[in-house]
Amino acid sequence: MADLKQRIDEATGTSTVGHEWDGIEELDTPMPRWWLWTFYATIVWGLAYVVLYPAWPMVDSATKGVLGWSSRGDLAKEMAADAKRRAPTVNAIAATAITDLPAKPELMQAAVQGGGAAFRVHCVQCHGAGGAGVKNLYPSLTDDDWLWGGDLATIEYTVTHGIRNPDHKATRTSLMPAFGRDGILDAAQIGDVVSFVRTISRQEKVSASSSRGATLFADNCAVCHGAGGEGGRQVGAPKLTDAIWLYGGDRDSLTATITQPRNGVMPRWGGRLDPVTIKMLSAYVYALGGGEKGLAPVAEGAGADGQP
Amino acid sequence: MASPEDLSGQSAPLYEARKGVYPKAVNGPFRRFKWAIMAVTLAIYYGTPWIRWDRGPYAPDQAVLVDLANRRFYMFQIEIWPHEFYYVAGLLIMAGIGLFLVTSAVGRAWCGYACPQTVWTDLFQHVDRLVDGDRNAQVRLANGPWTAEKLTKRAVKYSIYLTIAFWTGGAWIMYFADAPTLTADFWTGQAALVAYGTVAVMTATTFILGGFMREQVCVYMCPWPRIQTAMMDEKSLLVTYKDWRGEPRGSVKKAQAHPGGFGDCIDCNQCVAVCPTGIDIREGPQIGCITCALCIDACDGAMAQVGRPRGLIDYCTLDDAATEKAGGTGQPIRKTLLRPRTLIYFGVWTAIGAAMLFSLGQRTRLDLAVQHERSPLFVQLSDGHIRNNYTLKLRNMETRPRRVAVSVSGLPGAVLWTDAGSREKAGQRIELALPADSVTSVKLFVAAPAIGPARQDFTIGTRGLDGDPRGDSDIIQFDRPEAGQ
Ligand code: SF4
Ligand code: SF4
Repeated sequence: MADLKQRIDEATGTSTVGHEWDGIEELDTPMPRWWLWTFYATIVWGLAYVVLYPAWPMVDSATKGVLGWSSRGDLAKEMAADAKRRAPTVNAIAATAITDLPAKPELMQAAVQGGGAAFRVHCVQCHGAGGAGVKNLYPSLTDDDWLWGGDLATIEYTVTHGIRNPDHKATRTSLMPAFGRDGILDAAQIGDVVSFVRTISRQEKVSASSSRGATLFADNCAVCHGAGGEGGRQVGAPKLTDAIWLYGGDRDSLTATITQPRNGVMPRWGGRLDPVTIKMLSAYVYALGGGEKGLAPVAEGAGADGQP
Repeated sequence: MASPEDLSGQSAPLYEARKGVYPKAVNGPFRRFKWAIMAVTLAIYYGTPWIRWDRGPYAPDQAVLVDLANRRFYMFQIEIWPHEFYYVAGLLIMAGIGLFLVTSAVGRAWCGYACPQTVWTDLFQHVDRLVDGDRNAQVRLANGPWTAEKLTKRAVKYSIYLTIAFWTGGAWIMYFADAPTLTADFWTGQAALVAYGTVAVMTATTFILGGFMREQVCVYMCPWPRIQTAMMDEKSLLVTYKDWRGEPRGSVKKAQAHPGGFGDCIDCNQCVAVCPTGIDIREGPQIGCITCALCIDACDGAMAQVGRPRGLIDYCTLDDAATEKAGGTGQPIRKTLLRPRTLIYFGVWTAIGAAMLFSLGQRTRLDLAVQHERSPLFVQLSDGHIRNNYTLKLRNMETRPRRVAVSVSGLPGAVLWTDAGSREKAGQRIELALPADSVTSVKLFVAAPAIGPARQDFTIGTRGLDGDPRGDSDIIQFDRPEAGQ
């Protein structure tokens, strides 16, 4: 094909490029001037870009460019600008008592969103995305049952001081005795208590066993869980009459719990997270779907027995 | 003509400077039609943003507005939301099919009359004539030395170009903000930076493309000619020089000297002189021809002068050209325009338009989208009920605040409440107030007895409580723990 012999095309007076494909030849039409200029301009642009901006990949980084621009620097600037943009909201949240947040819907909404972000970083590991909890390990934060109380101030207290935190005075504490392991109750007695607990939660009918369990319950359990098993929030003792069981409500699970209770631990976030973040986290947890309303706030530092 | 010697050495040029085109003024029906189109299109373009349209206190009162910030598109009484973008897609499809239709019927009529590049080039060419004079004066001036007169004329001409270009860029941004406010802001330096940037870019492109590049845009840059060529067939109307009637060419004098020896073309070159893209239509159909038909006007004028019938250059189909060449007469224009292909295009085009109009009339302005929260899928409540959480997105697309009811059906024993209330106040129906022209996001809790299928479909619906009672509904799933869990 390529004989590289250029010739003049008769009809147009333009030379051909010198190739021929199956009898078709191409005219060597010159580019319009503006096209050529645009082309040169792109070359100049490219060179300028290489000089000004990071361009050539080297062994462990790229050429820097004389402007010193970097996308990382851009990000830092954006983050700073964002922090500045959020500052008024964050300050307003900081200046508002958590119990006053619901009265200011905009602030509450901002707090819930900020708290959601913090939750996804610090809390999902245990409580799961969306706060659904993990059966037998970590309570669900989305239901309407609260071990230590579910109003804003109480939640904030729990998040700040944690639960059963070693070496922290203000932490929430309580210890359910290991009735089985420590030999306080024998296996038959534990079985009776289980029967009783299952009757007050309407899972079993009253039986001889449950009647025996009632007495045992009154002697050993009622002090924390309440005479009717209605729970005791001062010590985080769960309500035993409802349908929500952190460690399971069937016979085996209940037997296991009474024999050797779990006494779950939650880290305290005070000191690790700033107070505003904790406030926002609490608002988020409150808003997850089961927060309790209208309860009096708890005095800061009042300790585990300062519960309403 | 280049000679073979030109190829020895590097004499073949890398680039070719644009050859000036100095179209002569012409008059005739097509020119008048072009004037009319130009007047209408420019009036629409410059004037539309200034039409006011009262939509009440919650919406802008500009008839046509692309509100990018609030993501709304207003067109008289039609308001398009982002999720209704299919209307815009429908318009684009109609534009595409419209182009098929026009091209298959009358060739590149879009190029010749309505294309913005054509309209503004035409406008700038009138400026040339206004300042420099008609064709001959323009050529003389372009080739002449830089005298004071030429300098003045160039300065005046480019100032007018710039003014038009600036107006064009300025009109563009009016479509994106309230025109009177933006104008005031623009001149007091308070408009957004992007407004100034857009005006600058639009001014520059209009100035360069309309003032200097002109037909080069059509020949080198624009993809339409290539696409349109593919959409034409032998029944599409093209501007055609009827060489079987015109050739051989010869002046009136020559024709008188040799009766019968010459065709109708008197070789007056008027058709070339008036062509805005500077081509010679007598060389046959070519990509540079935008079928503006000015050469038809010019040639008809020439024919009238020498007393010959008009139509030596005329709109003509390839089929008719062959028929006429063989001595027959072409089809009547009605048959050319109304043939199956154009009728099918027209049918499809109208069907899409009608469907869009119909759905515009039917659409409710209260839209609901429900999202089921997945983590967790369900929550066990202390009384044994199961609660599922949903996020409702309620779009109130009317320009007034509304009250709506949200209710569920198909889920026995279900109650609902939002995060603004508590379960004590839950019921089978809740009422919400929606602000005007907005999307409201509501967290909805639905609780139902635990007994029931693990997955159950039910309906969440809205209903307007004031005015238009129509609403929207969504079928969504309710999840329960599997039995035994
Ligand atoms: S050849 Fe005729 S129809 Fe084609 S662009 Fe020129 S004047 Fe217009
Ligand atoms: S205007 Fe008509 S008559 Fe004159 S040169 Fe063109 S085709 Fe021939």
